[in-house]
Amino acid sequence: MSMTIKDFRLLSEQSYEKRPVVKGYNMRTLHADLGTKKFREKPVSEQMKDTFVGGKGFGLRLLWDSTTPATRWDSPENEIVIAMGPVCGNTNYPGSGKSLVCALSPMTDVPIDSNVGGYFGPYLKFSGFDALELQGKADTETIVFIDGIEGKLAFYEVPDSLKLDYDTHLLAETLTHAFARDEKGLQFVSVVSAGRGADHSPMGVLNFSLYDKRRQGIRVKQAGRGGIGSVLRNKKIRAIVARYQGVEQDSNNAADPAAVQRIGLKLHREIIVNDDKQCKMRKQGTAHLMEVMNDYDLLPTKNHKYGQDPRGPEIASWVWEKLFSQDLPDGCWYGCTMACAHAVDHFELETGPYKGQKVCVDGPEYETAAGVGSNLYVYDTHGILELNFYCDTYGIDTISFGTMTSFLMECWELGVLNKDRTDGIDLAWGNWQGAAQILHDMADGKRFGVLAGKGVKFLAEYFTKEYGADAQVMKDIALHGKGLEQSEYVSKESLAQQGGYYLTNKGPQHDEAWLIFMDMVNNRIPTFENKAEALHYFPMFRTWLGLLGLCKLPWNDVEPADNARHKEPNKVPEHVDNYCNLYTAITGLPMNSEMMVVQSERIYNFQRSFNVRQGHGHRAEDYPPYRAMGPVFEDEYQARAERYDKQMLEKIGIDPMGKSLAEKVAITRKHRLSQYDSLIDAVFKRRGWTSDGCPTPEHLKKIGMDLPEVILVVEARIAGKA
Amino acid sequence: MIKYLKTDDAKCVGCMNCTATCSVKYFKEDNPAKSCIRVEGLGNNRFHLAACDQECRRCVAECPTKALFVGPTGIVIMNKSLCVGCLACVAVCPIEAMFYFPGDKNPFKCIACGSCVKSCPKGALSIEDKPDSEKSRFPFDVESRVAPTRALPGKSEALSGAAK
Repeated sequence: MSMTIKDFRLLSEQSYEKRPVVKGYNMRTLHADLGTKKFREKPVSEQMKDTFVGGKGFGLRLLWDSTTPATRWDSPENEIVIAMGPVCGNTNYPGSGKSLVCALSPMTDVPIDSNVGGYFGPYLKFSGFDALELQGKADTETIVFIDGIEGKLAFYEVPDSLKLDYDTHLLAETLTHAFARDEKGLQFVSVVSAGRGADHSPMGVLNFSLYDKRRQGIRVKQAGRGGIGSVLRNKKIRAIVARYQGVEQDSNNAADPAAVQRIGLKLHREIIVNDDKQCKMRKQGTAHLMEVMNDYDLLPTKNHKYGQDPRGPEIASWVWEKLFSQDLPDGCWYGCTMACAHAVDHFELETGPYKGQKVCVDGPEYETAAGVGSNLYVYDTHGILELNFYCDTYGIDTISFGTMTSFLMECWELGVLNKDRTDGIDLAWGNWQGAAQILHDMADGKRFGVLAGKGVKFLAEYFTKEYGADAQVMKDIALHGKGLEQSEYVSKESLAQQGGYYLTNKGPQHDEAWLIFMDMVNNRIPTFENKAEALHYFPMFRTWLGLLGLCKLPWNDVEPADNARHKEPNKVPEHVDNYCNLYTAITGLPMNSEMMVVQSERIYNFQRSFNVRQGHGHRAEDYPPYRAMGPVFEDEYQARAERYDKQMLEKIGIDPMGKSLAEKVAITRKHRLSQYDSLIDAVFKRRGWTSDGCPTPEHLKKIGMDLPEVILVVEARIAGKA
Repeated sequence: MIKYLKTDDAKCVGCMNCTATCSVKYFKEDNPAKSCIRVEGLGNNRFHLAACDQECRRCVAECPTKALFVGPTGIVIMNKSLCVGCLACVAVCPIEAMFYFPGDKNPFKCIACGSCVKSCPKGALSIEDKPDSEKSRFPFDVESRVAPTRALPGKSEALSGAAK
């Protein structure tokens, strides 16, 4: 059934003055109060611009100001902040369409930030706002509408009688048509939505849509981590819709638009020439990593117990390449020639409410193919695609879902779970239909899925308490940090990557540092100090991309042909130069690689201080479960005995000869835990934090993050008062 | 059929009449950097003429907004109101015949209008027709593979294929 705007009940409407972006900034943000149904503009001060830059910086600043130490994820004052950044929306440099979404997370109780593509962020920015805050709660199902074409802001109520869908693939499609002025205007609409799963689980995602003219339908990209979709649904927001027409080469009114073109075209050409010889992002997207990870024992298999399986090639990149529709401009923002947002078209579903229907599946990306594939011992591409599709449309994070389900399957193998405890679902390794049933249960808010959807931190404690499962084993194999499920690389053999995952502000995801090859394969960072330096630089550099509204992938998933000749090829120095030049070309402000790190350090420490303010940010919260560090079980040790025995002899200095398997597991464990402790010491020292992980006032002053409210928070913690 | 500007490098003497005619017609100034045909000096009084062959259509397939489309006579045309100026088309053009002028919003290309043909003193340029080819069908083939098989909102029947 087709709908129009008139089918929704207009609750309130305001006009606003449209103004062009100047050098990448609007210098104002928009606040939407779901309770009072009012919008209000907030000016961006020069100080805010200088200190917080944009994107994630603006998001965290606004979130800090709107919440208190007592705010929880479902408090009315908790916010979803969508912020873009000064470089966001330029069409010349590939990967420039990212929005950064911040909220207090239902999974971790601290701020989460998630980086997402789709057209919404740039349309919001060109409509006139550097960020959108959504605060308060609606009492009825609500649509928030930002109309950058007419210069209007509105709240709509969704009447029950309309029977508007909840699941994204239908909802966003319907709303795109309803809010477009006409058939030609479909591409000028973008929708942010979740799905029924996000109503019943804290691991909800936000889907950001883009209209695909060739497929004549919507595509979605996810702000996946940390449950922001669940916050959206808790606020009874069915969708946020933005509409903007007139994106052009210089919508940012750059200081030097010709330089933006020049820098962008250089990378376009580099991608066109090099990609097919390098990562094949244009053909395979991040799924190009599948066999690489399997070959290096890094592809999570059976809840990260192993990193490799002989069946790995069944879901290798070349398999996905054949399934993905080829030769399409599959960028998630205009002008991204890296075009990694691939899709499988005309895919016929075998389970669930849409069984028998043919759909377009967005992905899978690497994390999804690993998370709901190898990690569940699913080597059936159909199963992976089905789980991918339903996660997206129900608004569920594929990474958390994958890691959660692999934990459940291991619990099944260990005898902790059985059909009586899963409402009849068989969770044997490889049974994707069982995994799909959990998903359908999550969407329905019934049966086992409701329990499962609470995430592994909760489940590990629950199974111990209710089913008498071994508390230590549950703790060891529940792969989460701070409540957030770990993403999909086996980190056991790389101490630096354990830090990359767990010495993070928001929990173990892969967007701060990916150091496995540097550390484990190439041995470029052998000492604790080397690792600490890498765990300083890379998180800072990658934070910067999130301040600007940029994607990480064009940084190092394509490289200049001569990159290896640089002294530090891992940093891809020429691309770092591109970013500095791009920043200057748009904002007119100077930038170099050191200033980049300084800008990021301020935000990174602000975020850590934010954790502290919320009662978290302690060292004890920065430890991995042991599965992420080494072999939990004897058979797990046995499977890589040669490696572990050799390490025992050479690194620990103990001869494994004559030791029982149990002794060897214990010796390895003790060693690895102490190594991690030394790593924390080195990293906290490098970051200017106390040994408990609190930024010191001296360090905050040194880096220019000495706002009085921040200093107060860390001083209280250090004095033992918070 | 595909209408296109045929170029003959062997006849070109580098007089630049073609670029002058083209840039004056489309940009109101005589500027070889604003011409939809380019004359490249190869040395020894030899020249290469670069203009869109209208056949490969990589740019059409690459354009995210479908601002580039194939017109009724087979010519690749740009709808400027849809162009977002990303320059992806410039990067994918295998014969470097999609141009842009630094700081200008939209790229530009030859549309086989024929103005330059009359201005060429050596007969190096002509407007010709050539048959469709596998290459020229490329953007259409790509699109037909992903066209919807389901009913679209507001439409009672699927556009193509069988929706269940």
